Amino acid sequence: MPELRLQGLRTRNLAPIDLQIAPGDLVFLSGPSGSGKSLLLRALADLDEHQGEVWLDATPCAALPTPEWRRRVGLLPAEAFWWHDRVGDHFPTRHDPNLLDRLGFGPEVLDWQVGRLSTGERQRLALARLLALQPQALLLDEATANLDPPNRDRVEALIQDYRREQSAPILWVSHDPDQRQRLAAPTPGLTGARRLIIRGDRLEEESTP
Amino acid sequence: MTLILLSPLDLALAASLVLLLALLSWRLHLGVEQRVLIAALRSVIQLSLIGLVLNFLFAQTNFTFIGLWTLVMLGVAGWEVMARQKHRYRGAWGFGIGTLSMFLSSFSVILLALTLIIGVEPWWQPQYLIPLLGMLLGNTMSGIAIALDNLSRQAWEGRGRIEARLLLGQSWECAIRDIRRDSMRAGLIPIVNSMAAAGLVSLPGMMTGQILSGSPPMEAAKYQMMILFLITAGTGLGSAAAVWVGSRRLFDHRQRLRLDRLTGPGR
Repeated sequence: MPELRLQGLRTRNLAPIDLQIAPGDLVFLSGPSGSGKSLLLRALADLDEHQGEVWLDATPCAALPTPEWRRRVGLLPAEAFWWHDRVGDHFPTRHDPNLLDRLGFGPEVLDWQVGRLSTGERQRLALARLLALQPQALLLDEATANLDPPNRDRVEALIQDYRREQSAPILWVSHDPDQRQRLAAPTPGLTGARRLIIRGDRLEEESTP
Repeated sequence: MTLILLSPLDLALAASLVLLLALLSWRLHLGVEQRVLIAALRSVIQLSLIGLVLNFLFAQTNFTFIGLWTLVMLGVAGWEVMARQKHRYRGAWGFGIGTLSMFLSSFSVILLALTLIIGVEPWWQPQYLIPLLGMLLGNTMSGIAIALDNLSRQAWEGRGRIEARLLLGQSWECAIRDIRRDSMRAGLIPIVNSMAAAGLVSLPGMMTGQILSGSPPMEAAKYQMMILFLITAGTGLGSAAAVWVGSRRLFDHRQRLRLDRLTGPGR
């Protein structure tokens, strides 16, 4: 899996950003509401206009058709939206059945109606939907905000494994200081997470409290 | 049968009914009396002017005059389409999308009708061209306005869903496919309904007019059928064109949803 590199990336409220996330590395991003975290992720997925460039190894975003770029750099937005009635219709026909299992769902979930899902179920299923496409890099926006502790742990474990097995670089917007602390420690096969915080219009390293 | 001419007194009598309605609105605090009166006044002025202009145009044999007049009709219809949008396209697109689609659909359909079906010599004879084009534009205008309004409103409200699809690597066409289909259908439904109910619920305006002016009802019915077919085809083609161009405009070259190309809600 490749390295994710931001070169002079400029969004509406942030100064140009240079950042490298090596394969399998996790970078947490936090900062006050409205400081531009989500906008940064959107720019990385080429969902908004921006200046600067994003690279996956030697491939710049501009060199790929946008759908292909977005399949490679998978963004999980804070709010999960659905467009078909049935959950399974949002998944590619062939996907790893373990994904659902690891998030606490049986295979029957694919036949559930989207309208009857709880917020937390939507959030977990949105992650499963994204990982089913096997993106090479992951951008997570508040991936566990609506989850109870057991499900939050499931998601964290799944993402850690995705780092380890796919060596995907991950940029994770998280408001939860405990979560950032928890994953900051290195574990077997994984480096510890780097923690960045937005102060003013800049990214700074977050110091350990 | 002879044509019975209306005197100013006859018209005043009919107008007094509208005055009565305005009075009713005022008494019941409906708050529409001003709008009713202004609309009535507008219709008097516009129709009188049109009467004069048509008198002048029908006497013309010069294509330039008639052509210019059709462009004026097109422009007004295009303006009307734009005015009916809750979220308008910014810049020239707001006027351009509706106008272009109407031009493509109405003008090609009318050309076909006048040359191949009715076979008027020359095809731009104003007595046929102007009323037929008017009916076509009036109806395609409604269809296109509904279709475009549907498209831009659904895109505005469905931003999360559209972007979720884009984020999963779908193309812009795929991400807006449902909305497109919905909008085209919405634009077509009124005319299809009125085609289905034609003659049963109300006698369509053109047929009524022809009967009043002394045409045999069967002849009037045939003309009415033709115009209904033309209108339906025109509305369908126009809505399709408008929705296609409109949805394309909602995305940029990097397939990003560009709601900033629409104005916000409200007028």
